[in-house]
Amino acid sequence: MNDLLKNIFRLVIFLLIQVYVLNKIPHLHRFIVPYLYYLFLLWLPFTMPRLTLLFVGFITGLSLDYFTLTPGLHTAACVLIAYVRPYIINILIAKEVTEFKYHEPSPRGMGWGPYMVYALILTFLHHTYLILLQWLQFGTFLNFIIKIGATTAISMLLILTVELLFSRILKYRTNTA
Amino acid sequence: MLFKYNRFHRAAFLGKATEFTGSINTQVDKVDDYFHLREENKRVHRMNDSLMNLLRINYSIPDTGQRLFIDSVRIDTTIQYRRYLSRDAKVVYNSVISENNYLQLNRGANHGIKDNMAVINSDGGVVGFIINVSPNFSQVLSLLHTKSRVPAVLKKTNTSGTIKWDAEDPRFLILEGISKDVDVIKGDTVLTSQYAYNYPPGYIIGRIAGVNTNKATGFYELKVRSAVNFSSVQQVFVIENLQRTEQLQLERDTEKKLEMEKRN
Repeated sequence: MNDLLKNIFRLVIFLLIQVYVLNKIPHLHRFIVPYLYYLFLLWLPFTMPRLTLLFVGFITGLSLDYFTLTPGLHTAACVLIAYVRPYIINILIAKEVTEFKYHEPSPRGMGWGPYMVYALILTFLHHTYLILLQWLQFGTFLNFIIKIGATTAISMLLILTVELLFSRILKYRTNTA
Repeated sequence: MLFKYNRFHRAAFLGKATEFTGSINTQVDKVDDYFHLREENKRVHRMNDSLMNLLRINYSIPDTGQRLFIDSVRIDTTIQYRRYLSRDAKVVYNSVISENNYLQLNRGANHGIKDNMAVINSDGGVVGFIINVSPNFSQVLSLLHTKSRVPAVLKKTNTSGTIKWDAEDPRFLILEGISKDVDVIKGDTVLTSQYAYNYPPGYIIGRIAGVNTNKATGFYELKVRSAVNFSSVQQVFVIENLQRTEQLQLERDTEKKLEMEKRN
C-alpha cells in the first residue's frame, strides 16, 4: 500500500512538472523539447508484473496526453518503453540486484554505468517513437534525426540532474519485507 | 477556412478530461498571470488608445451646412445585420514548444462558445480558432500548428494568400500564395482576409520580415513576424461569425446546383 501511494504521488509530481514547468519553458530552439515525465516508468519497482507495467505506462501516457491535447501520442511511446523495460533490466543487471537486493532501479543500487545505459536506451526508444509519430505528419528526415538526438541528450541531462539532486533512499530488500 | 481537423479530438472521455485538466489549468494560471501583467497592461492600453482615436469627438465637420443623410428605409443595423459578435475569455493553458500547439480558454459551450470561432488577442492580433468545446472550457488551434491555414491579405495591395506555420520558430509564420508580380517589401502588414469564414476581416496577423521566392512554384514564400507574442497570450476575444452557417450553406447549395447542371 505504501508503495502504491508513493508511486501515485510520484506520477502526479512528474506530470505537473512536465506540464507546467518543462512544457512552459520559453522557446529556445525547435529541437529543444525537454521530456522528463517518463522517468516515472523507469523508477517503478522491479517486482511489478509485466501486465501491470503496461497498464501503468498506458495511464501515464494518457494523462499527459489529456493535458497536451495529443491523445495517443505519449501513450504509445510510454506503453512501448513499459513493454521493453523488463528485457533491458534482464540484459543489463545482475539477477541478484533485481531479485534480492534492491527495490527499484537507481544509480546507487545498480551502479552509475548500468543505470545510465538503462536510462539511455529507454529514453532513446521513447523519443524515437514519439518523434516518429509526429514526423509522419510533418517535417523532413534530417529534422527527425536531429530532433531525436537533441531531445535524447536533453532528457539524459535532466535525468542526471534529477538523480544527483534527489538521491532516493534505498530500501534494502529483506525476506521479511 | 474550410479545413477540418478533428481526427485527434475524438478520443474517449476527452470532454470529461478537458473539464478536469481545465480546472487544474485555471488554478496554475492564477499564479502564471502575475508574470505577464505588465505586457498585458500595455496591450490593453494600446487597444484603448486605438479605440479612443475612433471617437467622434476627434473629428470635426468642416462645413456645417453639409449633412450626411441616408437615402433609404432605415433598418436597425446593429441587430439585424450584425455579422460578428465577440466574447471575452481568459487563456488558462498555452504552449509554444510543440509542433502542434493548442491553447485552452476558460469559456465553453455553457458560455456560447462553438467550434470555428476566431480567437483574437487583447491587442487585436490573430491567435487561432476554436477547435473543440466542453461545457466550461474550450480548445484553440493556435496559428502555431502545422495544420493551421488562415486566409490573409497584404494590406498595401490587397492580394490574398494563406498563412501557415513551418514549426521552426514561434515568432515567425509563412505567407504563401502571393505571386511574384506583386510588390512586397519588408514591413508590409498582413491582415485577415475578408474571404475567410472563421476570421473577421482586417485583424492583424503580422508584418513581413523576409522576402523569399519559391523557385518551384514562382510564388513568394514570405516570412511574417507574428503580431502576437504567443508565449504571453492572456486575455483574448472569441469572435463569432453569425452568418457562417448561411455562408457555408450557400456554398454547398452552389456546388449542388453545378452538379445538377452537369448532369443535364
